[in-house]
Amino acid sequence: MPQLEQVGTFLSQLVWLFLTFGILYIVMKRSALPRISQILATRQERIDGDLRRADEIKTEAESVLAAYEAAAARARAEAQDILRDSAERFAAEAAEKNEALGRRLAEEAAAGEARIGAAREQAMADVEAIAAELAGLAAERLTGAPTDRSSAEAAVAQVVGGRG
Amino acid sequence: MASAEHHGPLSQFEIKTLLPIHLGEADISFTNSSLMMVIALIGITLFLLLGARRRALVPGRWQSMVELSYEFIVGLLRDTVGPDGRRYFPFVFTLFMFVLFGNMLGMIPYSFTFTSHIVVTFALAAVVFVGVTILGFVKHGVRFFAFFVPPGISVALWPLMIPIEIISYLSRPISLSVRLFANMLAGHTLLKVFAGFVPVLGAAGVVPLAFVAALSGLELLIAFLQAYVFAILTCLYINDALHLH
Repeated sequence: MPQLEQVGTFLSQLVWLFLTFGILYIVMKRSALPRISQILATRQERIDGDLRRADEIKTEAESVLAAYEAAAARARAEAQDILRDSAERFAAEAAEKNEALGRRLAEEAAAGEARIGAAREQAMADVEAIAAELAGLAAERLTGAPTDRSSAEAAVAQVVGGRG
Repeated sequence: MASAEHHGPLSQFEIKTLLPIHLGEADISFTNSSLMMVIALIGITLFLLLGARRRALVPGRWQSMVELSYEFIVGLLRDTVGPDGRRYFPFVFTLFMFVLFGNMLGMIPYSFTFTSHIVVTFALAAVVFVGVTILGFVKHGVRFFAFFVPPGISVALWPLMIPIEIISYLSRPISLSVRLFANMLAGHTLLKVFAGFVPVLGAAGVVPLAFVAALSGLELLIAFLQAYVFAILTCLYINDALHLH
C-alpha cells in the first residue's frame, strides 16, 4: 500500500499540506469569508429595512383609515343633526300654520254667524212692520174704517210677543 | 508481476514526484499530491471569490452555492457549539472546503486523492486534536482535566472510567483520520477493481461498467459526507473543549 510504503514522501506531503492549508486559511479569513458575510449582512439589512418600512406604511395606513372613519362618523352625526333640526323646524312651522288657519276659520265662522244673526233680527223687525201694515190694511178693508197705525202695530206686537 | 502491480487497484495512490525539491537532506518535492492540494487551494479560492464577486442582492446560481456553503458551516457551528463557536468558523470552514475539494477532485478520473493518504488525514486530525486540547487548557486551565471524569458516576468507578475517557480522548485523532483515509481508500480501490473487470469481460463488461457508474454516484455522496463528518466532529471537539461535557 503506497500510503504506508512511500515513507520518503511523508515530509513532502506534510510540507505541501501545511503550505496549501495555511494559505487557504489566510485567504478564507482575510478575503473570502468577510466578503460573503458582508453580502449576507447587506441582504439582511435590506430585508430588515424593507420590513420596517412596510410596518411604517401599515401603521400610516391604519391611522389614515382611523382618521377617515372618525371624519365619516362626524359627518354622519352632523347629517343626522341637520335632519332632526329641519324635521323639528318643519313640524313647528306646519303646526303654526295649522293653528293660524284654524284661528282664521274660527274668526270667519264667528263673523258669518254674527252677520246671519243680524240679518235674522233685521228680517224679524221687518216682518213685524209688514205684519202691522198688512193688519192695518186688512182691518180697513174689513171694517171700512181707517185704522190707527199705532194700534195695529201694538196688536201685531202683542201677537208676535205672545208667540215669541 | 511488476507491470500488473503497476496497474493494480492500489497504484492510483502512488505518490509521483513531478518537480524534485530538496532542502538539504529533506525531500520536499512537488508531487501529484502537492499538485492536487494546490489545485484545491486555487479551486476553492476561485469558487468563493468569483462566486461572490457580483455581491448581488438576489444571488445567482453560483453565488447561491457560495452562500450555501458558508451558511452550511455557520449553521453547523451554531448547532453544535453555539454562539461562541463563531470564532472558529474560518478554521472549520477552511477544513471542510479543503477536505471536500480533496475528496471531490479525487473523483475526476486520472487525478489523485490527497485525502486518501493517512499522513495527510492524520496531520489534519492532529491539528484539530492539538488545537482543541490547547483551547481546552487555555479556556479552563487545570479544570480541563475534569473533562475526563464523567458526570453522575460514583467515585468507586473513577479508576475504571477515567482511563477509558482518556483513551477515548487520545483515540480521537486516530479515528478522525482513519475514517476519512479508509473511506477514500476503500471507495477508490473498489472503483478501480470493478473498472478493471470491464475490459476483461468484453461485452459482458457493461455489467461492471453499470456498477462502476452507480458506485461513482455513491462515492460522490461519500466524498461530501466524509468532509461533513470531519467538520462536524471538529465542531463537537471544539464544543467539548469550550463547554466540558
